[in-house]
Amino acid sequence: MYWGSVSEFLAMGGYGLYVWTSFIVTALSIMWEVLALWRRRTAALADSRGILRSIE
Amino acid sequence: MNWSKYSAPLAFYPLAGKMVPWFSVVAALIIAVGLYIGLLVAPTDFQQGDSYRIIFVHVPAAWMSMFLYVVMAIWAGIGMGLKARLSFMMAQAIAPTGAMFTFLALLTGAMWGKPTWGAWWVWDARLTSELILLFQYAGVMLLRTSIDDLRRADRASGVFALVGVVNIPIIYFSVKWWNTLHQGASVSMTAAPKMATIMLTAMLLMTFGFWMYSIAVILTRVRCVILERESMPAWSNPSTAPEVAEAR
Amino acid sequence: MTRPSLWEALRGVVRRDLLLAMRRRSDVVMSVFFLVIVASLFPLGVGPEPAVLRTIGAGVLWVAALLACLLSLGRVFTADYLDGVLEQMVLIAQPLPVLVVGKVFAHWIVSGLPIVLLSPLLGLQFGLDGEALGVLVLSLLLGTPSLSMIGAIGAALVLGVRGSGLLVALLVLPLYVPVLIFGAGAVTSSMAGIGGEANLSLLGACLVLSLFFSPWATAAALRIALE
Repeated sequence: MYWGSVSEFLAMGGYGLYVWTSFIVTALSIMWEVLALWRRRTAALADSRGILRSIE
Repeated sequence: MNWSKYSAPLAFYPLAGKMVPWFSVVAALIIAVGLYIGLLVAPTDFQQGDSYRIIFVHVPAAWMSMFLYVVMAIWAGIGMGLKARLSFMMAQAIAPTGAMFTFLALLTGAMWGKPTWGAWWVWDARLTSELILLFQYAGVMLLRTSIDDLRRADRASGVFALVGVVNIPIIYFSVKWWNTLHQGASVSMTAAPKMATIMLTAMLLMTFGFWMYSIAVILTRVRCVILERESMPAWSNPSTAPEVAEAR
Repeated sequence: MTRPSLWEALRGVVRRDLLLAMRRRSDVVMSVFFLVIVASLFPLGVGPEPAVLRTIGAGVLWVAALLACLLSLGRVFTADYLDGVLEQMVLIAQPLPVLVVGKVFAHWIVSGLPIVLLSPLLGLQFGLDGEALGVLVLSLLLGTPSLSMIGAIGAALVLGVRGSGLLVALLVLPLYVPVLIFGAGAVTSSMAGIGGEANLSLLGACLVLSLFFSPWATAAALRIALE
């Protein structure tokens, strides 16, 4: 472990704002994409019961 | 094994479904390890301090943005060459994820640029061409949604994607061709990397993790696309008419 | 009946399009007027300070030329698409990319060349001096045909689609950016004393590339649009 304490970790040597914004926005974007896909999949499944019966 | 049977969308659907969980788990594990090493284990950088850690999302996102565009163009090209619906569906599924990574590359780049260069944005060759890449992804997606006829939408969007491939080498080589503010390549195929090994490891792990994530997400999306498109009335997809009639 | 040669087909297409354009002379005038209006908006918006205008002049004129070209793209294929002539062009025995080159060349003469010819006058409005004006004209001469060729791809892709005006702009403007950067860069670097040759040769390269590749892309897009 490189960091001495949690507060040092969060501060990122003074660059905390930039580093954490980057990582948090990345994480949020990934979560948003996964969520949007989950909703799209639910809607697509609901609309296509017929097709699914023929392939599964 | 006869792989060509999977070129039919309805045959590919279950195969993709089996692959998604594997890629998801691998992606989650590798990203977790990469973040652990990058954020908790790797030491601070001598010149840039801890702001360099943005590299662990910025570079993977940028590489994925370029890589996914090329793959999307290849699928579009295959679709046009072989007249295969599934190839176009793959291209359709790739675009949103590619656009997301382009956006992230630009945003995390700005986050890194502010402490390093003092500016959120500069109009140098690499940043400008990455921004153009975002517009290209938008164009590919907009062209598809604006055209009602599915077949025409596929192929028009494919032509546009292929025309835009010329931007990818420009993004990649721009730091070599022009005096730009953006730093040059630290990782190359032929020379030893100019980065500490542990930092390089974390960066490569994150890149691989993002790649696995992309595959999982794109396969999930193409499954949605298959359901959406193959459920349509028979006159849009005459070849699936027997299955549709049977199922309904 | 003897089949016309490639050269005759090309000449025929250019002649036809130029004749049609001559019958609707307003098209030529519209491009020119648009350029003048847009170029005049900037001094009005930014203020008439000569030093500022000299700094932004090259960029403003190039952006105005680019927008004028963009707006004129609707005229390359739409008329022929609407009255069925385009379908005939796709079906006849002549290679479609050659016919495309003919149409785009005629379009450039009507929409692009007037911009090139008018640019010195507008450049004077922005306080550009003799050498800069020369580089400006040369850059537009090399650049506007590229803009027409690249724009033709976009025009062909959106033929007959609703909302195609905005859509073609979104598709084509990203592809225009290199030409804009080199074109305006040629003038600004010549004004800075570095000389515009590097940017001008890059413009030339863009022209050659677009001349070779965009007819194929445009022809493919036309075939897709006409099925």
